[in-house]
Amino acid sequence: MKRWLPFAAFCVLLVFLYVGLFRDPREVPSPFIGRPAPAFVLPVVERPGNTFSPEQARGRSWLLNVWAPWCTTCQKEHLFLMQVAATGVPVYGLNWKDQDREAAAMLARMGNPYVLNADDRDGRVGIDWGVTGVPETFVIDAEGIIRMKHSGPINERIWKRKFVPLLHALDS
Amino acid sequence: MRRGACFLLGLALLATEAVASEARPNADDPLLEARLMGLAADLRCVVCQNESLAESRAPLALDLREEVRELMRQGKTDPEVVEYLTLRYGDFVLYRPPFKPETYLLWLGPALFLAIGALAWAIATRRRRELPATDRLDAEDLRKAAELLRDESK
Repeated sequence: MKRWLPFAAFCVLLVFLYVGLFRDPREVPSPFIGRPAPAFVLPVVERPGNTFSPEQARGRSWLLNVWAPWCTTCQKEHLFLMQVAATGVPVYGLNWKDQDREAAAMLARMGNPYVLNADDRDGRVGIDWGVTGVPETFVIDAEGIIRMKHSGPINERIWKRKFVPLLHALDS
Repeated sequence: MRRGACFLLGLALLATEAVASEARPNADDPLLEARLMGLAADLRCVVCQNESLAESRAPLALDLREEVRELMRQGKTDPEVVEYLTLRYGDFVLYRPPFKPETYLLWLGPALFLAIGALAWAIATRRRRELPATDRLDAEDLRKAAELLRDESK
């Protein structure tokens, strides 16, 4: 019995290290889950002169996709977002730190999956939402509560695993 | 001649001054800047591994420093600034995590392991002290041992 004790302790350590192996140290846990979406009023990229604030999207669950024209990963994600938008899920865009004002032209060229894009030119709204990089996607429910945050691009696998079940639960 | 040299020296000093202030555009208030860097050294840059907000040159870190600078200019205290950041980025931004249920193990873990070690040490020493008397060497054993050793050395 006593002889097994160090071995048992070693096994416990092994379990901790093994679990640690599969954890992403870059994943920042969002403190927003379950909290109301931070308010903002920003100009709309597609309709100059108009503004958008999150209350306008209330009524059903929606996505806020934080992206930027200078972000190459976002361009890959853009193709998949076109598919998502085609299924009828409302995707709003937060055009983050677009200093070169390229978003409108780019969406015209590549297609626009967004209901509309809020223009966060200096990135202040991004900071309010705890954005650490692009792309990032928030799921907000009909009452304006943030339900999930995904950092990094969405692809089919992630969409099916993380988004579909949640959106289904929120909208039923 | 001497006056001319003084003038040139003055001009040179003025020039270095100008260069120095150009290199640090945000240091218009050195006190605030020192306060910012002091606080930022205890905050984690959320996009870089193992770098503080003070050290990092990542764009987001620059933005966050500017944000903190702005909050300080508005007269916010250090705890208020820290609260502003933790509301957005969570306890992850803190290099000194708060003491709460999720971090009990983190804070108390070292003391716990020290206690386990102390307990193990106490048990081991007591067991040694309680060794049965037959295991100990009495005067007779020692005499025999000494005799053997003497034989050996001959």
